Amino acid sequence: MADDGIGASITRKEDRRFLVGRGTYTDDINRPHQTYAAFVRSPHAHAGIRGIDTSAAESAPGVLAVLTGKDLADDGIGDLICGWLIHSRDGEPMKVGEYAVLAKDTVRFVGHHVAVVVAETLAEARDAAELVEVDYDVRPACIATATATANGQPQVHPEAPNNRAFDWELGDKAATDAAFENAHHVTKIDIVNNRLIPNAMEPRAAIGEYDFGTEDYTLYTTSQNPHVARLVLTAFVGIGAEHNMRVIAPDVGGGFGSKINIYPEETVCLWASKKVSRPVKWTGDRSESFMADTHGRDHVTTAELALDADGKMLGLRVHTFANIGAHLALFGSVTPTYLHGTLFSGQYVLPAIYVNLEAVYTHTAPVDAYRGAGRPETAYIVERIAEVAARELGMDSAEFRRRNFIQPDQFPYQTPVALTYDSGDYPAILDRALAMSDYDTFPQRRAESEAKGKLRGIGLSCYIEACGIAPSAVIGSLGAGVGLWESAKIRFNATGNVLVYTGAHSHGQGHETTFAQIISSHLGIPADHVEIVHGDTEKTPMGMGTYGSRSLAVGGSAIVKAAEKIVAKGTKIAAHLLEASEADIEFKDGAFTVAGTDRSTTIQEVAFAAYVPHNYPEDLEPGLEESAFYDPGNFTYPAGTHICEVEIDPDTGVVEIVNFTAVDDFGTVVNPMIVEGQVHGGIAQGVGQAMMENCVYDDDGALITGSYMDYCMPRAQDFPGFKVATTETPCPHNPLGVKGCGEAGAIAAPPAVMNAITDAIGTDMQMPATPLRVWQALQAKAPAMAAE
Amino acid sequence: MAVSVSLNVNGKSVSREVEPRTLLVEFLREELGLTGTHVGCDTSQCGACVVHVDGKSVKACTMLAAQANGTSVLTIEGLAPNPEDLHPMQAAFRDNHGLQCGFCTPGMIMSAVDLLQHNADPSEQEVREWLEGNICRCTGYHNIVKAVLDAAGRMRGQPQAAE
Repeated sequence: MADDGIGASITRKEDRRFLVGRGTYTDDINRPHQTYAAFVRSPHAHAGIRGIDTSAAESAPGVLAVLTGKDLADDGIGDLICGWLIHSRDGEPMKVGEYAVLAKDTVRFVGHHVAVVVAETLAEARDAAELVEVDYDVRPACIATATATANGQPQVHPEAPNNRAFDWELGDKAATDAAFENAHHVTKIDIVNNRLIPNAMEPRAAIGEYDFGTEDYTLYTTSQNPHVARLVLTAFVGIGAEHNMRVIAPDVGGGFGSKINIYPEETVCLWASKKVSRPVKWTGDRSESFMADTHGRDHVTTAELALDADGKMLGLRVHTFANIGAHLALFGSVTPTYLHGTLFSGQYVLPAIYVNLEAVYTHTAPVDAYRGAGRPETAYIVERIAEVAARELGMDSAEFRRRNFIQPDQFPYQTPVALTYDSGDYPAILDRALAMSDYDTFPQRRAESEAKGKLRGIGLSCYIEACGIAPSAVIGSLGAGVGLWESAKIRFNATGNVLVYTGAHSHGQGHETTFAQIISSHLGIPADHVEIVHGDTEKTPMGMGTYGSRSLAVGGSAIVKAAEKIVAKGTKIAAHLLEASEADIEFKDGAFTVAGTDRSTTIQEVAFAAYVPHNYPEDLEPGLEESAFYDPGNFTYPAGTHICEVEIDPDTGVVEIVNFTAVDDFGTVVNPMIVEGQVHGGIAQGVGQAMMENCVYDDDGALITGSYMDYCMPRAQDFPGFKVATTETPCPHNPLGVKGCGEAGAIAAPPAVMNAITDAIGTDMQMPATPLRVWQALQAKAPAMAAE
Repeated sequence: MAVSVSLNVNGKSVSREVEPRTLLVEFLREELGLTGTHVGCDTSQCGACVVHVDGKSVKACTMLAAQANGTSVLTIEGLAPNPEDLHPMQAAFRDNHGLQCGFCTPGMIMSAVDLLQHNADPSEQEVREWLEGNICRCTGYHNIVKAVLDAAGRMRGQPQAAE
């Protein structure tokens, strides 16, 4: 096996340019004669627009254009879209309200795009934007998730009475109700999954450029899915046509879901570049990111778990209000439904499940996918209620879970909520995590903490997730507007090195390294001789981009399929060069060999022959370049156990994470170093949600947490080192055996942390467990303790 | 009305006429094309723009270009002694997987290099506390801390294995 192939922790090929400051992020790009855009945004959560006076701005220095929603309409530019049609339980399609590129006659959240100024310099654009006078008719706003559907609430869209976008269900209600009737014990919890702001470190940016000579548009943008952006912008919004649009997503500084959506800003830059006949650049500042990037989570849930006398789970009943904000963003409808409701069986045999979810519009920023996208919300419910149930039954948390696990010999396992889990060994994962976290000796550590006046708690989270959503025909039947296959093209050069073109997009995941490792293992080309090309619709085949931990499972599998075609053609060429029968040619470690002999030719020599075909098979095309499109047969099902141990100062409520252990089954691991890095980052985001991060709007819809001064981002000193390990049950249905690792930490960590904190303080509480809230929870509990 | 600014950047003298409100980070990125210094926020919190001014780490979004008149500025592009090489801190970030999307990396590295100027042998806790002004969303800081400790060892002449 090559030492840079699958399984090797090689350092990343893409690192050098970032380390020396030579990465190319969108804001690093400047186009000749470019102009600058600044947006006029609503300061109100809900208002009518009586009029917009642009005259002062138009006459300001350097201003080239001041454009509003009326100008968009005059040019026939359409609205932005949601990509997944959900049906309510009564069969009605979801209620889709207007998602205008620039507000028409109503603004629906603070930060809503009202007008744009295009000017010679950024300073002139921003100065002039201040001069745009908008006459607002300010109206009451609907903000809170749990009460959005109540009568009398301000209405967000006339199309959606009572602000209800859809009322969705999954599972068997009658069977679930029956399970509760026969229950020995019922555990009930109320859960708030706090609203988050993704905060990729690179703010969004775009440059639109229209060429009057070729009549082509070019968009440089911070996108996780450039081909999808091109499709939406042309086919739905109506800017140009797919063959006249090139979308380039160069180096992108993190996405976490917030760079999936197709936003007003890039749309405006493209459209305005034609209006002013020059490139138009916009770079969001962090305040704009806070206000107008898609947010995440924001669920209010009541969940009930029915149990028998032995502590076995009988049924789960869940009702959730999911806040989707003012607009249904691109994945805004699938995130709280098929990415969420389908995972409620967790790692458990849970015979009856019923989920009812009401998606509500509010006068807040759109809510869409954020690392984990629907699955963290599920894991949080399942693993919190499992923990509370174990405590109510007086059972050990680990033993309770073990008793309910799906066993290794039960795969493939059909859950009551649509999915068929393909593989896994949950008891093995739990055992490893318990050992690594010294679970057995926790009581001793708790006693030591108590001796010094501290509280100590330990919490488990045995999560499951589903990645690589597919196959396309199935998701199409569930309402998806696209397929979720992936593409790859492998091009050998005459000198034997390789270019791989992928439809996936790397924005920190390390594809340029891991995809090259696949080539090393499957074609015998050293990873250093492989270049991965991504993020440019003019270079790469149509692809669906990167989100949902799909790139390796779907995009990597496409590379394997293309590699198989390379070997098939190479075998024909090698047979000719070696004067042997094709049937006798074997390919291994980069060499074609006549079986049972030492007659051999390398794949590099075969590539040279393919491009200089002087001695070449008749009837075979020259060249060595193959493409493949891969549509998986099923989701993949990563799973794991994360264990968090905390120590709390009861006088201040400060929580210290003293130990965090993660054991995950991602199937085959291509690069253990990169996988560990993905787990670390996910845990940090999960801990951030559990202990620090919280998006807060006031009752009028003003964004209280609109900067890093107010929205608490995790810092280095908030964490201990993490203990991480993997177990491997290969995915049986993709050629690499991989499952996906990008979101696991963000899914697993919140319940592990909250189970630990509530274990320590002996009372329940909601996220984020800030020192103030922990202290308040302890104070609220104190009178009860005194009365005991 | 423009102001005249003359300073040394990465060993080269530069002079420009700029608007008085020009920030040092804007000067580096827009006037000099040194786009390795990034802007990740507008409240001086994230640290993506950290450079060295007269040898000390500074958030370049919080300093006017005019205030840098007469100083020596070092950016990520000038950190390694020559463009072919990596500074030991850059090499340690690569070897320990201390970066993912790469956006916070230049500021993180410039800040960490300044830490080692103050404290050549920091503890893990001291590294974590020093990096308080640098936000990373990708790595969970685990491998960044490992990289800084590794670089400290390398720079003291005691190479440490990357675990």
